[in-house]
Amino acid sequence: MGRKINIWTNVDWLTVLVCLIMLFIGWISIYSAVYDDAHQSIFDTSQRYGKQLIWIIAAIFIAAAVLMTDTKLFLFFSYFFYAFTILLLVAVLFFGTEVNASKSWFQLAGVQIQPAEFAKLATALALAQFLSTTKLKMHDAKNLFITATIIFLPVLLILLQPDVGSSIVFFAFILVLYREGLTGYVIFFMILFGILSLLALLMNEINMIALLVFTSFAAWIIVGRSRKLSVRSGLIFLVVSSIVMTIYRIFSPQTPIDVQLIVAAVAGGSMLLIISLLYRIRHAPIVAGFMIAALLYTWSVDYVFDNVLMPHQRSRINIVLGFDDDPRGQSYNINQSKIAIGSGGLTGKGFLQGTQTKFNFVPEQSTDFIFCTIGEEWGFVGSLLVLGLFVFLLLRLIFLAERQRSPFARIYGYGVIAVLFIHVAINIGMTIGVVPVIGIPLPFISYGGSSIWAFTIMLFIFLKFDAGRMEYIK
Amino acid sequence: MKNPYSERMYIIGAMIVLPILYFIFRLFILQVMDTSYKLSASSNVLRNVTQYPARGLIYDRNGELLVYNQPVYDLMVVPGKLAPFDTAEFCQILDITKEYVDRELKKAREYSMFRSSVFLKQISSLTYAVLQEKLYKFPGFYVQPRTLRNYSGDIAAHILGYVGEVDRQMIEQNPGYAMGDYIGITGVERTYEEELRGIKGNNVFLVDVHNRIRGPYQDGRLNSPAELGNDLKLSLDAVIQEYGEKLMRNKIGSIVAIEPATGEILSLVSSPSYHPELLVGRVRSQNFRTLASDTLNPLFNRALMAHYPAGSAFKVINGLVALQEGIVHEHTRHTCPGHYTVGRLTVRCRFHTTPVAMPAAVQVSCNTYFCHIFRDLLDHPKYGSVTNGFNVWAGHVRSFGLGERLDTDFPNELRGNVPLAGYYDHFYGENRWRSLQLISLAIGQGELSVTPIQMANMTAAIANRGYYITPHIVRKIKNSDADNSKQEKIFTSIDSVFFEPVIEGMHRAVNGPDGGTARVAQVEGLDICGKTGTAENPHGDDHSVFIAFAPRDNPRIALAVYVENAGWGSAMAAPIASLIIEKYLTGSVSREWLENRILEADFINREIALADGQEN
Repeated sequence: MGRKINIWTNVDWLTVLVCLIMLFIGWISIYSAVYDDAHQSIFDTSQRYGKQLIWIIAAIFIAAAVLMTDTKLFLFFSYFFYAFTILLLVAVLFFGTEVNASKSWFQLAGVQIQPAEFAKLATALALAQFLSTTKLKMHDAKNLFITATIIFLPVLLILLQPDVGSSIVFFAFILVLYREGLTGYVIFFMILFGILSLLALLMNEINMIALLVFTSFAAWIIVGRSRKLSVRSGLIFLVVSSIVMTIYRIFSPQTPIDVQLIVAAVAGGSMLLIISLLYRIRHAPIVAGFMIAALLYTWSVDYVFDNVLMPHQRSRINIVLGFDDDPRGQSYNINQSKIAIGSGGLTGKGFLQGTQTKFNFVPEQSTDFIFCTIGEEWGFVGSLLVLGLFVFLLLRLIFLAERQRSPFARIYGYGVIAVLFIHVAINIGMTIGVVPVIGIPLPFISYGGSSIWAFTIMLFIFLKFDAGRMEYIK
Repeated sequence: MKNPYSERMYIIGAMIVLPILYFIFRLFILQVMDTSYKLSASSNVLRNVTQYPARGLIYDRNGELLVYNQPVYDLMVVPGKLAPFDTAEFCQILDITKEYVDRELKKAREYSMFRSSVFLKQISSLTYAVLQEKLYKFPGFYVQPRTLRNYSGDIAAHILGYVGEVDRQMIEQNPGYAMGDYIGITGVERTYEEELRGIKGNNVFLVDVHNRIRGPYQDGRLNSPAELGNDLKLSLDAVIQEYGEKLMRNKIGSIVAIEPATGEILSLVSSPSYHPELLVGRVRSQNFRTLASDTLNPLFNRALMAHYPAGSAFKVINGLVALQEGIVHEHTRHTCPGHYTVGRLTVRCRFHTTPVAMPAAVQVSCNTYFCHIFRDLLDHPKYGSVTNGFNVWAGHVRSFGLGERLDTDFPNELRGNVPLAGYYDHFYGENRWRSLQLISLAIGQGELSVTPIQMANMTAAIANRGYYITPHIVRKIKNSDADNSKQEKIFTSIDSVFFEPVIEGMHRAVNGPDGGTARVAQVEGLDICGKTGTAENPHGDDHSVFIAFAPRDNPRIALAVYVENAGWGSAMAAPIASLIIEKYLTGSVSREWLENRILEADFINREIALADGQEN
């Protein structure tokens, strides 16, 4: 057994300090955002800033309580806690209060509880527990399956509420898997498909298909050894595609031209796939397979965009892509948010001097759009400070995670990092108009007890592990 | 134990730092490089406050004020500035319930915490006086002055029309309007909306971050004051209008009186009517529903929109057409045996001296005479066919402004109907119809239908001996070059020389010593010329019709009166016309007995009583 170590001297006070600074920035920004003549005291608990202060103080007590809890508790109860959260997520679908057409909240004795907030914590714990027992054999099919289940079960349940914003957060856990040995291809393909989706929405289909076929051929010629074979394969591709196109022309000319082209290209590509398999050309099956997958994916992006997404989700994406420019319509939020941040200039207008973030020009200014107030009143300098704090916090947490001796603590630490990071990226990306509007809070800064407490508990469980890392001997 | 994947911490670090660096880059562009957002921001701190102009006033021809404005106050609320207040006292002052307060405040909060919402519309000045003293107790509330229409009398509702708030559809069609603006919906308020509405003003204020108005922006250089609407002077004679409405009480029908020389409408009565104040302000929508569901249809402007048969009054036009076409001369006579019979068809006439020429035929309204001349016209060999003859006839009739919209300055005018040859071709087959089948047109029945204003206009054309001026209700617009008093003469296709015999007949119908159909309308010294009509009504009792003008030379008034289900023209319509002419020309009424008889006549409640009787 390890030595007993005084927890208070071993806590990473630097992280605690950064966290406190963020809470303070959030508090005064909320004060500024909802400030009016009638309620001038920053301690007025009838107003949001007063309530935020109460929640901050409560969060400090919660943090202290977490630090005094034995870490074994988290280890032993991580699966139980996960199961309990899943139960809550199921229950909220039946007994939840419906707000804005989604059932995300429990209303219990005047207290609102959002199970999705706890699900992030529970998933991080369960994931850490499971991965720390696999002894790095992540690519074992059974392990992969269980890992995916742990992550995507809550996603599925949260999508049923439906709450797209919260469910997206869980995709960040892939970062954790990557750290624990998941092949880099997963992240590579995620980025690739992200770019492909963007291009598919931005570009006209025919150009897109031409581009894909062209790049695939370029890749084909590079990986294929024999020029002769490449030229022949190209001819085969053209012949097969032409035959498919001719069949369309004769039998079904009313089929949209992009569908015709995609089917033709996929048919040609499949032919190439068969040839490359027969001739055993190295890498060629991968290129051909990739081309087919990319074509089908391109088509499905448009299909999903036009047929599956809700109109408001479509228009949010359109706004980010710059297709919609209607300053009074759906892009109103983004536009007002950008005006607020942009009008801040280099040094900002000064504390309480912001004009855009008041009077409802910016919606949700104390919750999801709190970064507008910071950008407006403190300018680029203020934005830089807040982003700098987040970068510092995240890098510091990576450092802390890496110095853990127990795989559980390290994996859990990366879980915290992933969740914090995706919140920051989506929230700030949204306020400056590079990410569609997804309503999730900025950690430690946005108004709201649930969000502050959830992030505090998550972070301080990790700090507790970190403080006690010397105890762990196995 | 070295973790084999620990190198990946650097990649993960890069994955975190790179997007945030990109954000910083974007923020640098947004906040430091790009200046356009600073300009957008300033447009948000200026507050535009609309100044509502008062609508133009409306006067009658003698300068009597008919429509003016009363100040009312919209109570506005800015939810973000509310402080706890004494709800009970508040409700008591405004005479509203606590539920109303809660509901409206919730609505306002949902709209915006920091922008004004209308809390309570159109508070009377009386309530406002009380509220004003107490307003300091209710921070967050303020009062926005507006104006509402007010009426000096209970007359001319159909002429004046009413004003209402614009709806979404109207805003889409007229981009100048915004939510909460008023717009004329019917009558003069609608036709002259552009003149009456004035121009909205706008004050630009600088607003500080605490939503306090700091003062006018750029010393008010951008302010535009509201411009009052232009006043209208109507051609309406309020005295005659009021008298006409009084006479028409408890009757369904219409009176239209026109000054023949100018085309100015002196009076336009549609009965039953309603008090114009019913359609003002907060009570408007509820009252509108009540009026709209009334089976007597008081919102329906019969003067412009009711289609009636012309009745015997139309014989004067048939007489004129026959004279113009040379079918008859002034002295051509026809014998009347008391009926007009061809084969199995009989048109009955009543007993009178015989034979008759044109003046006497008009005087006694001889059906036989007009059947003869109508058929002689249509069958005349010079036209080649009945169709051609009929088209000549229809052309003359239309030249009196029948069968088409007159293009008066009223909205919602209807056309009436003067049938074309094609109508009968369709009905009987081409060239398969004869003059006999159209015989009811000879006496103003059949397919012909007219509106009261068309009949009045037709009478004015007769009074003018061959022309009319498009009837109009607005004489003058203040501050406008448009002068409605002088307008173009529209000539009928009948030469002025042919009018004398017909007018002689109309004069004798009223004043003839040997008996006329409208002796009851005679007033000593006024030289009234008139023609009765009894419009056959397939749905019930005949309508009583009378057209008249006076005096015979240089006529000053021409009018048409329709009283539904009142029987003979001489029974109701003629006395009403006579009383109005007397009142207009002499300023008073000498025949109290006749006036009383008309005032007591009740064709609405009688109908109801009859209906009740049948049920019992």
